[in-house]
Amino acid sequence: MPTALLNLAWFIPLFPFLAFAAIPLFTYRNRKLSHTLVIGGIGAAFVLAQIVFWRAVTLPVGGGEHAFESTLIHWLSAGGERFTLGVYVDPATAVMLFMVPLVCLMIFIYSVGYMNFGTDEVDPRYSRFFSYMSLCATGMLGMVVFNNLLAFFIFWEIMGACSYLLIGFWYEKKSAMQAGLKAFLVTKVGDMFFMLGLVLLYSEVGSLAYRDIFSPETLEYLAHTPFMGTQFPLAAVIALLLFGGTVGKSAQFPLHVWLPDAMEGPTPVLALIHAATMVSAGVFLVVRTFPLFAAVEGGLQMTVVAAIGIFTAIFSSIIAVAQNDIKRVLAFSTISQLGYMVAALGIGAYVAGAFHLIIHAFFKALLFLGAGSVIHGMQRGHHHARENENKHHEQAPHAVGGRVTANPHEEFDPNDMRNMGGLAKRMPRTFWTFLIGGLALSGFPLVTAGFWSKGEILAQAYESFPVVFWVLAAAAGLTAFYTMRQICMVFFGQSRTNAAEHVPESVPSMTVPLIILAVFAISLGWAGIPEHFPVIGGLIPNWFHYFVGSTIEAGHAAEHAAKVVGHMSKAVHGFVWQPLAMGLIFALGGLGLGWLVYGWKPMQAGEMDRVEGTMRKVWLGWLYEAMRDRFYFDEIYQATFIRGSILLADLFYAFDHGVVDGLVNLAGRFGRSVSRVSDWLDANIVDALVNLAGRAGRGISEVSGILDLRVVDRLVDLTGLGTRRLSDLSNVVDLKVIDGAVNGVGDTIQAGGRFIRPTQTGRVQDYLLLAFLMVLALVATFFVILFLQI
Amino acid sequence: MNFPILSVILFAPLVGALLIMVIPREDVRTIRRVGIAFAFLTLILTTIIWVGVAQAGAGEMQYTERYPWIPVFNIWYNLGADGLSAPMLFLTALLTTLSLFYSARTIETRVKEYYLLFLLLEMGMFGVFLSLDLVLFYVFWEICLVPVFLLIGVWGGERREYAAIKFFLYTLVGGVAMLLAIIGVYFQTGTFEIMEAAVARPFAGNFTWASVAFWAFFIAFAIKISSFPFHTWLPDAHTEAPTAGSVMLAGILLKLGAYGLIRIALPLFPGPFHYFVVQMPIIPVMVIMSIVYGALVCMAQWNLKRLVAYSSVAHMGYVTLGVCAAAAGYGMLDTQEALNAAAAGLSGAAMQMFTHGIITGGLFFLVGILYERTHTRDLKAFGGLATQMPYYYSIMMVTGFASLGLPGLCGFWSEFFVFRGAVRFIPIAALIGILGVVFTAACILWKIVQHIFLGTLDKERWGELPDMEWWEKVTLWPLVAIMVFLGFYPTPLLDMFNASVTALLNGLP
Repeated sequence: MPTALLNLAWFIPLFPFLAFAAIPLFTYRNRKLSHTLVIGGIGAAFVLAQIVFWRAVTLPVGGGEHAFESTLIHWLSAGGERFTLGVYVDPATAVMLFMVPLVCLMIFIYSVGYMNFGTDEVDPRYSRFFSYMSLCATGMLGMVVFNNLLAFFIFWEIMGACSYLLIGFWYEKKSAMQAGLKAFLVTKVGDMFFMLGLVLLYSEVGSLAYRDIFSPETLEYLAHTPFMGTQFPLAAVIALLLFGGTVGKSAQFPLHVWLPDAMEGPTPVLALIHAATMVSAGVFLVVRTFPLFAAVEGGLQMTVVAAIGIFTAIFSSIIAVAQNDIKRVLAFSTISQLGYMVAALGIGAYVAGAFHLIIHAFFKALLFLGAGSVIHGMQRGHHHARENENKHHEQAPHAVGGRVTANPHEEFDPNDMRNMGGLAKRMPRTFWTFLIGGLALSGFPLVTAGFWSKGEILAQAYESFPVVFWVLAAAAGLTAFYTMRQICMVFFGQSRTNAAEHVPESVPSMTVPLIILAVFAISLGWAGIPEHFPVIGGLIPNWFHYFVGSTIEAGHAAEHAAKVVGHMSKAVHGFVWQPLAMGLIFALGGLGLGWLVYGWKPMQAGEMDRVEGTMRKVWLGWLYEAMRDRFYFDEIYQATFIRGSILLADLFYAFDHGVVDGLVNLAGRFGRSVSRVSDWLDANIVDALVNLAGRAGRGISEVSGILDLRVVDRLVDLTGLGTRRLSDLSNVVDLKVIDGAVNGVGDTIQAGGRFIRPTQTGRVQDYLLLAFLMVLALVATFFVILFLQI
Repeated sequence: MNFPILSVILFAPLVGALLIMVIPREDVRTIRRVGIAFAFLTLILTTIIWVGVAQAGAGEMQYTERYPWIPVFNIWYNLGADGLSAPMLFLTALLTTLSLFYSARTIETRVKEYYLLFLLLEMGMFGVFLSLDLVLFYVFWEICLVPVFLLIGVWGGERREYAAIKFFLYTLVGGVAMLLAIIGVYFQTGTFEIMEAAVARPFAGNFTWASVAFWAFFIAFAIKISSFPFHTWLPDAHTEAPTAGSVMLAGILLKLGAYGLIRIALPLFPGPFHYFVVQMPIIPVMVIMSIVYGALVCMAQWNLKRLVAYSSVAHMGYVTLGVCAAAAGYGMLDTQEALNAAAAGLSGAAMQMFTHGIITGGLFFLVGILYERTHTRDLKAFGGLATQMPYYYSIMMVTGFASLGLPGLCGFWSEFFVFRGAVRFIPIAALIGILGVVFTAACILWKIVQHIFLGTLDKERWGELPDMEWWEKVTLWPLVAIMVFLGFYPTPLLDMFNASVTALLNGLP
């Protein structure tokens, strides 16, 4: 069987999972063993994934019925339905399997150095960190390999939990723990829609296996059945609900707010969740369920996707221009690039979107790790500079500078690019790799992978969707601009602080992954060079397009969808030079402008940001402030949703305590008054009730006191169960509790009362009396009815 | 066959209780050992029952026993176990065993009475799950009240009298309503047997009386489930109950009501149930209020135990939602597709009964473990304990994630199947109900995890707190293992529930 090797896909998520589980169970005390296990686990996954990938490419597997599927495990049942778990390898799976373990492996190796392994400053929760990272990789890999959308959702959510744990990893910091919570809850809002879409789809189709939900009959049915009497077809509604998940996970507007805060996590975490795993998962969801999106021609759902994509792309690249935190710039660029991918999917260019997804994962991981290297260096540099200063002060104890050295550790922000400058000389490996990543992000022509993936999106947007094209082109220009700004502020010019002057280059376990990722950030683009590209087009076949394109186009799945896609992106075939030219102009223009503003005359310490200065001159200071403060979305959400929920919660609690419980207590108080009356009339009430109850009731009423044992005897007779014999037995035992417990309901209340009575007298008795009266009335009614019947 | 294994399970705790009765009260060790041994015995027996029912066919009653009890009134001693009750029996035995094990280290006063009552409680709960006769059901239903009342009233916290009596009266009112309805059913059908009564369909000709009888049952069950607006006894009872008492209360007692809904209310009164879900949606409104309102009120709590109690209100709302979905499907169950959806909803409800028992049982143990050390449940008093008690933190994270329905842990399946059923028949309720998922997540992560574990540690106050002791780990590990195992592979449980609810639904149209 040529496909036998593909069965290895079963084991890909297994190894990282085992590594995750082994650490808290066994090895958490041994840091070295822990990270070895995790790196070994992802390494094993990497090897298996490469085997599966190359096997899938050489076969090759296609989409739909040409995909490889192996179902083994009976999993769920609902009524007559049976749900089987299996693995599923199609081109989309295969390319993800190529990317995810590779990038994860690099990030894990890097983390060893970043978390200061082997030094005094090693993180106290080092093992736990690796355990979480491994679980996150498990989530992503599990999401990719299984054959149904439900498993997809499960692993998707596991990743969400990991993001919570990892972003909030340094939970002693308030901002970190809040960022973790924010990430989890904001994405959970999106997941709520995802889950609704999932159950709706399951309910309509009766299955969630890809093979069933993407079959032409199913798509036909979903496209032509209206949703609950509205005019919208089911396919569109389901697609939009699923897209809600993407909006959350891939941080699209309006759920983008969690991603910038995620920088509170350790930097490798950002590389992991902002590049390799979590945010890619959102886009991959659309790639995976694309036939559903494309099932309705010209449907609303595609317009929504494209609109959200382009808005997010331009909106977040504007914000990125005004950020000074090295990680925050990258965070907004991530949002913007995700917007790019989503927009590509929205115009039907799902191959281009998937291509950019893979490429982006490499260069963004590279950039985050590079930024981590810089920050790590800055911390070291600061430490070093401070030690020097301290030595200086020891030599001159009378110096008045004590205050300056006592505090700066808290005030100094190693993430702030204004504190950097001139790092190119001090950390050359970091610099060159970061430069490559930055150029790839900007789409620097020909040599970087980003050029090819972005170019393909622009090319496909150009003819049919001019709005999309122009907005994305503008976003590309801004991206190039802020990337150059970042490179200039960090690496060029003079060092603006003491710390920056003492920055050392990072250890090899950090720089080697950077170099490997840099290689991919350049070479990977060659897999997707359009055939008709001048000169070099056709030298290497546009492999990616054919391979991933076959996910839908060659499959029996959705000839329908293929038709739509073909219709929507006719620009794929044949080379058009205009979009290429525009792409070039915007990329190079942005880079050039960035160099002119920030590189030509390097920034000095304490100088105002030049864009800010310019904008203030033309009375646009307010706009700059809005950009810097991310257009106040956090504040708005805080004031509305969060405060609203808390207010509502408090309000409801007050209602619960006051009104609902108040009514209950009122009823209790009413019962108490009743029982007070019964205190006055004592046995009269009982008598009256009992008289009503007829002969049997009269038998009971003859018993004068309500707590008398004979009443209990009646109950015992009624309930049977041999408790009678127990009560005899219990006479031997002196304890009244036991009597109470076994004798039955009535006596037990009495016994309970005896315990409680010393602490509080009147009220309890009243309650008991009421309770007992009710039982009595009940028994009486029961007998009356029965005797009337006989 | 004919070995009366169900009677053995039912009365084994009673035998244990009798044995404890004759042990001198000073011999605390023996009392504890006997108690745990008998609980463990029932755990083994119920495991055998689970396997046996799974093999013999979970869709039908297995191991049935039927003897005349009060022949004059056609009352029978009638026991049986199917796919719905077998897992619940197992859960009962498991939580009782763990509770008694945990209590061996934590309960020092009146040990004899405590263990005795606990075993009686176990018998009562077994009885409810095993009874096939309405009178027998009712008797065991009321038997359960007494030990819980005393457990809260004697071993409880400061306001124990108030809580115990509130609990007792509240559930007694429900019991009264149910008893009247049972008598009504008897007069209509001439039988107390649940299966026969379901076939006879009491008050089928008279919708008004059918509705009255249905509501009598429903209110009894809703009170036990602690559905809005009958939920306020629960936070008080939980807050005051001793740890193991809370575990049993949340783990099993709430499920008695849910079990009654599925076993009695739905098969006996599908018509009225359908009517009050679809035509006059009173029940869905109650459910939505339980879920969303419950989750929001949960968010407003600062007392850890109260918080978990309110989260139970919300979580038990999912059970009712699942049953509602099936009831809403009544009348269209002749199509396979609708049957599947209704079965999914009902299986989801049953799954939620089981998984919520595991998860919330775990949560209450964890709360108890913290309270034992710190003597406070005020969330504002903590912070940063993750560093001080990493083991405890890890276990709490798993349990908390399970509680908020994170996929990969068992709580997810219940929610998923409930919504799968609800979206087919009552989509609007599903749409609003899913909001509860977010609020619950916010509540658990923000209130519990963030306030207790994250942030900086108050070294002076909590610097000496020890991490979990071995017996605490032993108590929690079975629960955590079940959470994870069922999270990825819910099949053994789901197949049981699915077989029996499918049989139940097939009997409806």
